[in-house]
Amino acid sequence: MTVSLPLVVTAAVLVGTGVYLMLERSLTRVLVGLVLLSNGVNVCFLVAAGRPGDAPLYDGSNAETMADPLPQALVLTAIVITLGTTAFLLAMAHRSWQLNGNDDVQDDIEDAAIRRLALADDVSEGYEAEGEDQPAERHDEDRGETREEERR
Amino acid sequence: MTDLGLAALVPLPVLLSLLGAGAALMLSGRPSLQRAVSVVVLSSVVVVAALLLWAADTQGPQVLRLGGWPAELGISLVADRLAALMLLVSAIVTLAVLVYSLGQGITEEDREAPVSIYHPTFLVLVAGVSNAFLSGDLFNLFVSFEMLLFSSYVLLTLGGTAARVRAGTIYVVVNLLSSMLFLVAIAVTYSAVGTLGMAEIAVRVSELPDSVSLVIQLLLLVTFAIKAAVFPLSLWLPDSYPTAPAPVTAVFAGLLTKVGVYAILRTQTLIFPDSPLTDLLLGAALATMLVGILGAIAQSDIKRMLSFTLVSHIGYMIFGIALATQAGLSGAIFYVAHHITIQTSLFLVVGLIEARAGSTALLRMGGLARLAPVIGVLFFVPAMNLAGIPPMSGFIGKVGLLEAGLAYGSPLALVLVAAGVLTSLLTLYAVAKTWGLAFWRSPEQAHEMAKALPEPEDERTVLPAPGGTTPDGQRTAMVHHRGHVHVGPATFGERDLQTAHELRAEDGNDRDLHQLLEAGALPTRLPALMVAPAAALVGVSLAFTVIGGPMYALTDRAAADIQDRAPYLSAVLAEGFE
Repeated sequence: MTVSLPLVVTAAVLVGTGVYLMLERSLTRVLVGLVLLSNGVNVCFLVAAGRPGDAPLYDGSNAETMADPLPQALVLTAIVITLGTTAFLLAMAHRSWQLNGNDDVQDDIEDAAIRRLALADDVSEGYEAEGEDQPAERHDEDRGETREEERR
Repeated sequence: MTDLGLAALVPLPVLLSLLGAGAALMLSGRPSLQRAVSVVVLSSVVVVAALLLWAADTQGPQVLRLGGWPAELGISLVADRLAALMLLVSAIVTLAVLVYSLGQGITEEDREAPVSIYHPTFLVLVAGVSNAFLSGDLFNLFVSFEMLLFSSYVLLTLGGTAARVRAGTIYVVVNLLSSMLFLVAIAVTYSAVGTLGMAEIAVRVSELPDSVSLVIQLLLLVTFAIKAAVFPLSLWLPDSYPTAPAPVTAVFAGLLTKVGVYAILRTQTLIFPDSPLTDLLLGAALATMLVGILGAIAQSDIKRMLSFTLVSHIGYMIFGIALATQAGLSGAIFYVAHHITIQTSLFLVVGLIEARAGSTALLRMGGLARLAPVIGVLFFVPAMNLAGIPPMSGFIGKVGLLEAGLAYGSPLALVLVAAGVLTSLLTLYAVAKTWGLAFWRSPEQAHEMAKALPEPEDERTVLPAPGGTTPDGQRTAMVHHRGHVHVGPATFGERDLQTAHELRAEDGNDRDLHQLLEAGALPTRLPALMVAPAAALVGVSLAFTVIGGPMYALTDRAAADIQDRAPYLSAVLAEGFE
């Protein structure tokens, strides 16, 4: 199989820029990155189709010189699906802008909270205290005492 | 036309759901009719799937060549034992979840869920999942993935609240990336073997040089591993699932990752029977189990805890697939079926907890065992099943996998057997902790402890005060940049911060379960339509224990089929179509 070098280079450049843009925080840039990426992938299908040829019509063209029609059909499907996804992501970016005044991807607050708890090393003590019904002693002895008093 | 016999049933799960989705969309103005359509459609899918399983088990794989094209040109839908079993389990689970969401719709009164699009989207999701199980063609598999992903995008961002849009962004972008990777894999496969039918690929791939087939195998593996949430590619899952409405999370957690596992199982066994990647997969399984369960232990919210155990238990299935022995595959198939029901029922029960106690945050809950004993039982049974307490189905599946690992005998496999036992114990610890906090202690105790413990205050300091200092006076570097607040490594939207401050002011530590109870702000009864499906699914998971013997015999036969490959290949590639 012979491969067209310009197509390969085009696909590589599109995919490369697409991946770069997807690493951004702003959702619109991610979106542009995705569009580039998907176009790069579509060009990959043209590479997979092999040499170009005549239009693959049912009659009137010679099977020897005909282009492979299947990858074209696949690309069409992929393009339609990408169109839908792009529209959906645009809607999400718009909604995000409505809600936050920007379309940047946010960190998970829950994650941050757990990370902080882990740093402070409070969780395990807390749970031990609850599980074994003992007051947490190390950092807040006074609190533990008050709770014991309450229990009495 | 010829008599297709039972093979005519093969496309029905997809067709019924798609037509049902169309009908449900047209009936969006008449909710009761719409609900009836969805329930009828999904019930008939259950019946069809049961028939297909019976047919596949007694008469071999059922194949339908779409449009009557010969196998090497057209697309085939194949229902062998594995596909039909997955189809039946998923159909039962989706029906239960749909009924549950009807119950929830009654209580929520469209607060955040526009019900008119819920049903059509849900049915398209079912169609996509069914098609993924049945498809015998790589591109068709891609299309079914897109069908189910698209509906999942919509379901995940239902209502478009800030939390859901944030979670949905991660989910959508990660899945789009995996779709692109899938397309690249398809293009590479097509240029290498010139066909996309899986049976044809399986025949032709042996003629390829090893390096090319390895590239194809790795591409497919990475694609499906993202969907199945195998460890290094699982980080998106616990971030995105917990924010969705309870029934949506339940069906995602139960089904979507398992579709990825199924795709790995199918492609690895059918196309690459002599896989050189056993050790890689074993390593991934090990990391998935341990990292997942350690994450689960750290969580203080039931939904997030369950999301992490979901990731962790995917490791068991990958373990079985990696061994690629009949015992391993059989264990993996059994485990998939078991885990679909168990994970879905757990998330449904968490939905009940949320409805009853107003929250799923562990620090605010207590005394549910007395308050709602039914929920207690419904949570306890699948939770113990998840941890693998004998004699339940989780135990049967784990024993099968561990035995397969011992029989395989390589050092890494033995390490995995040990890790499997450890993961099971840690799962028990995680669910027991949840049980102890949410169900066992009294709400007053929880209230006292929440007041006494330093955690809640600590959580508060996550939010920097508007002045730029945390309440304890420590200065944090707060950088405002493009409508964002960066605090250390974390970033929040300004609006986020504002709402968080408001929430803290009005709710915060003070409105835990104890206070909600005193204020009488909680419903005292849950609709039967929510409790019944959750109870039914718990019943199904228990039934797996009762019929464990025949069930395991069935998965043994399914595993023998996919390991032998001959039944699948001869059924799909059979000459002629008279």
